[in-house]
Amino acid sequence: MANHEDTFKPGSRLSQWLDERLPVARMMHGQFVDFPTPRNLNYLWTFGGILTFCLGVQIITGIVLAMHYVPNDKMAFDSIEHIRRNVNYGWLLRSVHAVGASMFFVAVYVHIARGLYYGSYKAPREILWILGVIIYLLMMATGFLGYTLPWGQMSFWGVTVITNLFSSLDAVIPGLGTAIVTWLWGGYSVSGVTLNRFFSLHYLLPFVIAGVVGLHIWALHVVGQNNPIGIDIKTKSDSVPMAPYAVMKDLFALFVFIMLFAWFVFFAPDYLGHADNYVEANPLVTPPHIVPEWYYLPFYAILRAVPSKLGGVVLMFGSILVLLFLPWLDTSRVRSARYRPIFKWLLVLFFFTFLALGYLGSKPAEGIYVLWAQIFTAYYFLFFLVLMPIVGVLETPSPMPRSITESVLGDRAAPAKS
Amino acid sequence: MTLAHWTNRLAIGALALASGFAGGAATFYSPVHAAGGEPIHIERQEWSFAGVRGRFDREQLQRGFQVYKEVCASCHGLKRVYFRNLVERGGPMFDEESVKALAASWPNQIFDGPNENGDIATRRGALIKRPALLSDPILGPYDNDKQARAAQNGALPPDLSLITKARSVEFHGGVFAHIGQMLMDIANGYQEAGANYLYALLTGYKDPPKGVTLADGMNYNAAFPGHQIAMVAPFVDGSVKYQNEAVPRTVSQYSKDVTAFLAWAADPRLEERKRMGWLVMLYLLVTAVLLYFAKKRLWSTLH
Repeated sequence: MANHEDTFKPGSRLSQWLDERLPVARMMHGQFVDFPTPRNLNYLWTFGGILTFCLGVQIITGIVLAMHYVPNDKMAFDSIEHIRRNVNYGWLLRSVHAVGASMFFVAVYVHIARGLYYGSYKAPREILWILGVIIYLLMMATGFLGYTLPWGQMSFWGVTVITNLFSSLDAVIPGLGTAIVTWLWGGYSVSGVTLNRFFSLHYLLPFVIAGVVGLHIWALHVVGQNNPIGIDIKTKSDSVPMAPYAVMKDLFALFVFIMLFAWFVFFAPDYLGHADNYVEANPLVTPPHIVPEWYYLPFYAILRAVPSKLGGVVLMFGSILVLLFLPWLDTSRVRSARYRPIFKWLLVLFFFTFLALGYLGSKPAEGIYVLWAQIFTAYYFLFFLVLMPIVGVLETPSPMPRSITESVLGDRAAPAKS
Repeated sequence: MTLAHWTNRLAIGALALASGFAGGAATFYSPVHAAGGEPIHIERQEWSFAGVRGRFDREQLQRGFQVYKEVCASCHGLKRVYFRNLVERGGPMFDEESVKALAASWPNQIFDGPNENGDIATRRGALIKRPALLSDPILGPYDNDKQARAAQNGALPPDLSLITKARSVEFHGGVFAHIGQMLMDIANGYQEAGANYLYALLTGYKDPPKGVTLADGMNYNAAFPGHQIAMVAPFVDGSVKYQNEAVPRTVSQYSKDVTAFLAWAADPRLEERKRMGWLVMLYLLVTAVLLYFAKKRLWSTLH
């Protein structure tokens, strides 16, 4: 939190000279060394650091890949193959970047689920949460733009389907949707012009994400971290300094995460992709199934669950935008679902719903799949818009510990040690 | 009963019900196949290069190249593979001199732009070409897709450089079996669906079942979506003469060998990747264990 003790001591005369003019070292020391972290954080709290790592990996591998990649519809596919085959360690760079996108989303879903379970969106963390939702939206945009760049069949047809969604706005104002789609494409069909601008934006957005991540961390360091019992830090014994305690724990978790990451990079680099994207884009041949990357599947299922195109688009975007309003949709004053006997199960059912939608998104939109997608879509919105506000009022929270220290040390809590 | 109890039970019940239905749905309504027909079962094959410890079988790659050269190359190119790749580590590793000779005699020569006189074609209209070098790609017989279609009754023989990566196999079965299979494949580093499909295709030529009429110039194939394929059965037993007489000269063996060769062509860094993977995993594991004990020791002073 912003008002903890400042223990920074400039070590040298240069450091002191700098400290009097631009106290960057003092700020970093205060925010990343002294910063008090709740002592009861579990490993779900390590994903913030993991996500920062993922962003760094994507930016660094992306910058190097861009040195070899050619954003031109005639050459893009060949340039990726050139990277895979002829550039020194190009196969490694490309695999890290492609698998890295998936790992980024794995981590962000865990991070969001943790926020939902422990009520990290509630006062005073509303801005922190909203910034997080914005980062997630930017990530989805960046991932989508990036997936077009190999200019394979799935790239081409994915762009065609997703950008075409905007044409549904024709149902609101005739001509508006078509105009937007033409503007996005830079022409009357997806073409090299589209690829070129998508590359430009794909290079831009990660830096926008980095900026919003900066704000996200700033907001976090103003209000402090939530924790598994959802009770604020009250006494000094409730917290430990970020370095070395939280840092060491984050590092260990990061290495475990990198093991999963590396497993895919080295042993199954193509597992998370589509075979169709190893076929060069061909505007004349439509693949039998057009499926987005796995991390968009739940939203793809929602899109296709609705018989009307405009309705599907509205629900799909609504399913993400509803997250922005969570701090006010949840009426309970208890943060952690651990002490919310009803909400906890409704939330578990929501997690299941999300996974089920992901599965359904990978299936063709026909027969029983559509019905199930409709049922799960209904619960998705029911959970946020109806159950969350009502349960918060009706539910009786279970007994909670009085403090973080008590939750960790139990009876031994009486004489605070540190 | 309190409200809490009641919703608790409801939530668990709903969860169980939902998972049961999802599983049931996926079992009874098997996914519709890509081509709209009945699901086609593609058998998994044993591949030396599959899995986390997979390596190519050098001799198999060499035999596979022989099959490609003598059969497939009469229609299909391999334009992303260069002659020099045939010499490199991790591939068939032919010796350099023989590959140089092979490149020089490769019938599909290289068009290098205008010659010193500025001409691109001979008086009779053929493109002026030169023999291939080690640094040149392995080209097929056609200068462009239109020429290929004109020669092939309208069909386009695809370039084979990426064919095993560009094909996949759909899973037919329940949702839980599917998830189990996915986890097993990830744990085993198994991503050879494309090779399985290609083998099934090459060995899938059969007489059409009763009642199936083939379109003009089409052939029946059990593995191909829609079952009608323009490519004729490429192999008959004995058609390729392997040097090693111990290796059977059968359609199935040819298919297997050429598939392995094309799997290498699509992923020439496979061996380097997996070798490096083990070193990286070892480093990560050791570091993670050290970090775990460091963290444990650090935090032990707090409790």
